Amino acid sequence: MTTDVLVGAAGETARPIRRKAAPSASARATRRALVAYAVVLLVWQLGATSRGWLGHPLPYLGNLPAPSAVLEAFRRLIVDPGYWQSGYASFVRVLTGFGAAVVVGVPLGLVMALNPRIRRVVFPVFELLRPIPPLAWVPAAIIFWPTQELSIDFVIFIGAFYTMVLNVLGGADAVDVRLIQTARSMGASRWNVFSRVVLPAVIPSIVVGSQVAIGVTWEVVVAAEMISGGGSGGGTSSGGGLGFFIWNSYVGGSYPQIVVGMISIGIAGYFSSAALRWTGGRLTRWAGARS
Amino acid sequence: MTMPAIELRAVDKTYAIGRKSREVVQDCSFAVADGSFTVVIGPSGAGKSTLMRLIAGFERPSKGEILVDGRPVKGPGPDRQVVFQETALFPWMTTRENVAYGPKARGDYTPDARHLAARLIERVGLDQFQNKYPSQLSGGMQRRAELARAMVNRPRVMILDEPFRGLDAMTKKLMLEYYSALSRESKRTNLFVTTDVDEAIFLADRLLVMTHIPTRVRAAIDVDLPYPRQLAGFASDDRANDLKRQVLSLLHEEAARSFGAGGVAADFVAAYRSRMAEEST
Repeated sequence: MTTDVLVGAAGETARPIRRKAAPSASARATRRALVAYAVVLLVWQLGATSRGWLGHPLPYLGNLPAPSAVLEAFRRLIVDPGYWQSGYASFVRVLTGFGAAVVVGVPLGLVMALNPRIRRVVFPVFELLRPIPPLAWVPAAIIFWPTQELSIDFVIFIGAFYTMVLNVLGGADAVDVRLIQTARSMGASRWNVFSRVVLPAVIPSIVVGSQVAIGVTWEVVVAAEMISGGGSGGGTSSGGGLGFFIWNSYVGGSYPQIVVGMISIGIAGYFSSAALRWTGGRLTRWAGARS
Repeated sequence: MTMPAIELRAVDKTYAIGRKSREVVQDCSFAVADGSFTVVIGPSGAGKSTLMRLIAGFERPSKGEILVDGRPVKGPGPDRQVVFQETALFPWMTTRENVAYGPKARGDYTPDARHLAARLIERVGLDQFQNKYPSQLSGGMQRRAELARAMVNRPRVMILDEPFRGLDAMTKKLMLEYYSALSRESKRTNLFVTTDVDEAIFLADRLLVMTHIPTRVRAAIDVDLPYPRQLAGFASDDRANDLKRQVLSLLHEEAARSFGAGGVAADFVAAYRSRMAEEST
């Protein structure tokens, strides 16, 4: 399977400057991942076809579409432009909501960390809104925002926003005060201390926050699409995104297609995390340098 | 008489902890002569680091005055460079970027400063490690990089707060001999904090023995041992041993005061006392 090969490759890029690891270590990791996937597939196949070889279906597993059926559905869908459009629609939404969360969340976190007065004003409001799950915002978002598309983007934004802010705030609070004192004692300006000391110190937290946040956005986008009925596309599944695609498959009774949708989200989430991990690794080479 | 490089006049420092307040420095006065190597020694937790932060200008005294070159300290400045207990190198900068940071941050990275930075990196033996990040350096290398990063600012005073703590015994010994030679060469004023008597006597022109918290000077002792000193030779040097006993007994009194009477602490003090008696015979 193509995904299996890529798992190993993406896993290796995490730490660019790490002292040369034995090449066998990553090969072994890839091998183990392959074994794990094979075992999962085997159990799944056996369970799903249990009605045939056992006489009656096993609980839970017996009602699943078999991997072979899913593969068949996948083969059919991979040439279907509608499937790709669904994936693309969800991807754009995730990117928009996540991007907005980074653009708004990072400065807000930094401002709260650096200015106690603003923190005292903003933080209580922030903490009051934070426990509200992103999906609880869906009806309000639909009412607030002029288009369905914007409402979904907004809900995704909510999903990623709190994680970003809290990580940046925590990272900025944890900056070693001696580094700031050192910089100040050398005559650095406030701006220099911020840009050369505080900001680099916070980057690892931004990277970690982004990785957690992007995961949340994939959870949220699907649910938001299901609830809101898929946005601008309306009746057709193409503009509705993967969430609507899954929901549509469920309504239409094509269960293998549901599983294809689910796995697609898993793969998309995996690659967006891997991309962020890779970018983060490039930005924090110095941190990966510990042997 | 020349003006002292640093002068403390009746300095108090009190921290508020909730509604209570804790006096860490009380009525502390001393002067550090220009170009001297002054070692501040006292029981751990005595408030020595607080004193250094006050002199560095990171914090303000609650009462009293701190003068550097006769001018009151208003905040941190390049004339006083601090080397902390554990590494405070910028982790995202290479050795060279760390050392060049000060002049660059001040917009003062002239060819002259560039030259000095390069020379200092070479002087501390890190020219092979210019492009390494701190996490790629050993503990001893980190300390040396930090010394270079401080010295490139041509400080009037170097404030070193237990800079070699946490290094293994061998590295620590080498660093001590190394820094002693380096500072002797530069004629710069040094204020060096430690809890280690051997380290103190090895480095110092003058020793300030501090009291337990709230801290002030218990005794000032001139260390008139000739240079170059050898750490290894101290065991057989009568003058060094006399000084050591004198300092230890002062420190012991202060430590005993901090323990108070009774319980496990008193037992510990008694054991310590009998060990000292054994050693001195």
